Amino acid sequence: MMADLFVQFCEMLVVLGLAPLLAGYVRTLKARLVGRRGPPLLQPYRDLLRLIRKEVVLADSASWLFRAAPYIVFAATWVAAALVPTFATGLLFNYAADMIAIVALLASARFMLALAGLDVGTSFGGIGSSREMMIASLAEPAMVMVVFTLSLLAGSTQLSSIAAFMQGPGVGLRVSLAMALVALIMVAIAENARIPVDNPATHLELTMVHEAMIIEYSGRHLALIELASFVKLLLYISIIGCVFAPWGIAVAGQGLEAYLVGLAVYVVKLAVAGLLLALFETAIAKMRVFRYSDFLGSALMLGVLATLLLFVSRIA
Amino acid sequence: MTAELLLWCVAALLATGAAGLLLHRRPMASAAVYAASLAITAAALTISARALLSPASLNGVISLPLGLPWLGTHFKVDALSAFFLLVINVGGAMASLFALGYGRHEETPGRVLPFFPAFLAGMNAVLLAADAFTFLFAWEFMSLSSWALVMAHHRRAGNAAAGYLYLLMASFGTLALLLAFGLLAGPSGAYDFAAIRQMPPAAAVSAVVLVLALIGAGSKAGLVPLHVWLPLAHPAAPTHVSALMSGVMTKVAVYGFVRIVFDLLGPPTWWWGAVVPFIGGITAVMGVLYALLQNDLKRLLAYSTVENIGIIFVGLGLALAFEANEMQAAAALAFTAALLHVFNHSLFKSLLFFGAGAVLSSTGERDMDRLGGLIHRMPRTAFAFLIGSAAISALPPFNGFVSEWLTFQAILLSPTLPQWLLKFLVPAVGALLALAAALAGACFVKAFGFTFLGRPRSDIAREAADTDRWSIAGMFILAALCLVAGILPGYFIDALGPVIEAMTGASLPRQEQLDWLTIVPIAQSRSSYNGLLVFFFIVLSASLAAEAIHRWASAAVRRSAPWDCGFPDSSPATQYSPGSFSQPIRRVFGSVLFRAHEEVQMPPPGDASPARLQVRLRDLPWDVIYAPMARAVAYCAERVNALQFLTIRGYLTLVFSALVVLLMVLAIWQ
Repeated sequence: MMADLFVQFCEMLVVLGLAPLLAGYVRTLKARLVGRRGPPLLQPYRDLLRLIRKEVVLADSASWLFRAAPYIVFAATWVAAALVPTFATGLLFNYAADMIAIVALLASARFMLALAGLDVGTSFGGIGSSREMMIASLAEPAMVMVVFTLSLLAGSTQLSSIAAFMQGPGVGLRVSLAMALVALIMVAIAENARIPVDNPATHLELTMVHEAMIIEYSGRHLALIELASFVKLLLYISIIGCVFAPWGIAVAGQGLEAYLVGLAVYVVKLAVAGLLLALFETAIAKMRVFRYSDFLGSALMLGVLATLLLFVSRIA
Repeated sequence: MTAELLLWCVAALLATGAAGLLLHRRPMASAAVYAASLAITAAALTISARALLSPASLNGVISLPLGLPWLGTHFKVDALSAFFLLVINVGGAMASLFALGYGRHEETPGRVLPFFPAFLAGMNAVLLAADAFTFLFAWEFMSLSSWALVMAHHRRAGNAAAGYLYLLMASFGTLALLLAFGLLAGPSGAYDFAAIRQMPPAAAVSAVVLVLALIGAGSKAGLVPLHVWLPLAHPAAPTHVSALMSGVMTKVAVYGFVRIVFDLLGPPTWWWGAVVPFIGGITAVMGVLYALLQNDLKRLLAYSTVENIGIIFVGLGLALAFEANEMQAAAALAFTAALLHVFNHSLFKSLLFFGAGAVLSSTGERDMDRLGGLIHRMPRTAFAFLIGSAAISALPPFNGFVSEWLTFQAILLSPTLPQWLLKFLVPAVGALLALAAALAGACFVKAFGFTFLGRPRSDIAREAADTDRWSIAGMFILAALCLVAGILPGYFIDALGPVIEAMTGASLPRQEQLDWLTIVPIAQSRSSYNGLLVFFFIVLSASLAAEAIHRWASAAVRRSAPWDCGFPDSSPATQYSPGSFSQPIRRVFGSVLFRAHEEVQMPPPGDASPARLQVRLRDLPWDVIYAPMARAVAYCAERVNALQFLTIRGYLTLVFSALVVLLMVLAIWQ
């Protein structure tokens, strides 16, 4: 019991420790791909440290919700990340909630952040919240449909069970799975405010969504929100990794060596995913705001089709 | 015994109403009536909770020699009605508590005090009824007393029209239920529920009864396209009554549907399980989209009731589909999800209406365009409203998430359904449900964000003060219940066990012995959710983060003007407005569903007059169904009007020919 708790705790720390590294890695790669030198790999850690040392400049009209939101956003995202198998499945906390709950936990974080965007009462915060909720209103059902597809195949909504199923021999090549993968990637791009939906590198541009919502934040509050968004990127990559590339994941109770191997494989997976993300973001242009609905609508349709195919192909 | 005690409660409520009628001019009348209602509903609540937990004690029908002489009236409490009695009396008690404070602001107590307890009595009586006549009588009593409450402020613009529409729709719904019971009773006229249960109708008849029950109960509950009256009538009533109508009366309608379709109608046919979830899914999405486009806080809440009724009917419909295919365990899961959502919705919808009422009583405004910043002026109301908003948006660790999660789990059990139509329809309904859940989040970001956050958009919002202690107590009890039902759902699911057992013939595994109070509807490898652990971990990691921040980070805070990208403007008009918040979603969904049309009128160059943006939305159910119907009725009335001005000879000829025609019909009939 204590050992299980310890492993779970280590997993949460690993997630927290690796998340800024992943963000820095993607940034550096993107800079290299366009021929710049880019910031050092550890820049996100330095940014976070700098932010928490600075004072908080709080708008006059900000309420307690504005100050509480970063903690809730961070906590909900971190708990969601703790539910995802990274280097090992079947950890202590994995059965506390399933994939639908992960989607809902991220929705809680988004809900608080959107409210915080409205709290100060500026036009920028409002535009960010409004667009974020529009994106979420399509991305979230698409994600739920992906969950449906996976759980119909695996007979479970638990990520650990899904990962175990995907490692097993019963999977095979399926059209539904391919559709679900495409839909999941599209959702992940939209949810993490990446190009072509949003641009994480710009700050003063009317097309921005996530950055507009948090524009009034500073100091330690901003640090928490930044960290939460790093964790969120890591979380989505981990979900894609444990479902569609489930190789090398340790199973709880296999001992230290298995965990270490799992961790090494996990880091490799993150590196590959980060490279793909950087390549994709460099190769593509940002979309207009009202094209988002086409992009996410097709993700939703892919998800629905994938589920429908499974419903239809299963003869009782 | 239980039924007897509850009947005494109904009688006491009626007596309170009569006292309210006589004494409404006295200064303490309002407090006395609401205190009495609170005491009586609290007693009824205790009785029905005990009945639900020990259903074995429930037997025996009480017959009273009232009503039709050859029928009498019958009352009975079983597990199903005990559950719904619990739901309505929780709502009733909280509304009475809230009204102890809120009712003091009432300008015309004589129009509210007599009808409020009568409305509660009517709802209780519907649930106690054990024959068709009593049921319909109580149903109509409930409709009329709530209509009187809708008309309490009848001079306010729009309220009279809302009341008229409500009266029409309520009569139409009762007519449908009357016909349904007529068909159920059969030619021998057995109106007793026990007798109806003995002889289930033929397949064709039961199909008609299902449609009539959908129309009758659905028009009261607000199923699309029968919802048109609901967003007009619910907000028109005083707020504690709005909470009762939205949070509680819609549940009585759900009870009516469940009683007829699950209990009286006999075994279901599979296509019922296609029709009901489809209507439910459409209702959920349309309801929440309508809600998103509202700027009136109470109307937004009323439309969101339409959405939640849709979710409940999806669960009920899935239960029908499973039951028709003899998948009892799956039916039990879907039915549990629906009933849990009935309970949850009654909690958070009452809470949200109370919040809207508190805002209304301290600012006099329902229009979010003129609110804002109330979190500073009304911190306690804001906190309770925030919890309600999170719960209704199905966010963990609150209760709304649990029932939506169970509904999703039920959908995931449905690929084994053999019928092809269901195979296509159920995933589509799942997608509609997911869409509705996500849109509900956006809707309540809007409701909370523009009422309580930002800078005040009017002077009256700038000077608001928090509401009284009674109202706050009502809201906080409901908020606490939302959290408790969210983190300890196992106990609530177990309490539903007897109801589920009675209606579907199976029940979920007992949840309370499971480790750490996890809920596991089928098997742990399949799905499990532990609200307690999730809540605990959120609190733990938030406090860890806070601890780390306070240890290592700078604690300095400087207050200054908002940054706003370097161009702060002190005018509150530069904030985002509720209309602009929903504009992206309106553009994505509204152009098809509401034929949304935007028109910008720019003044010519050099002219300083303001530009105008006009948005036109069309309400399709209204345009396609109701408007032509109203025109047809008006046309017929116009034609028939000529009959009013005949001569005496004309009338005599008319009477004579009518007699001849009737006699001929009779002759041909035999």
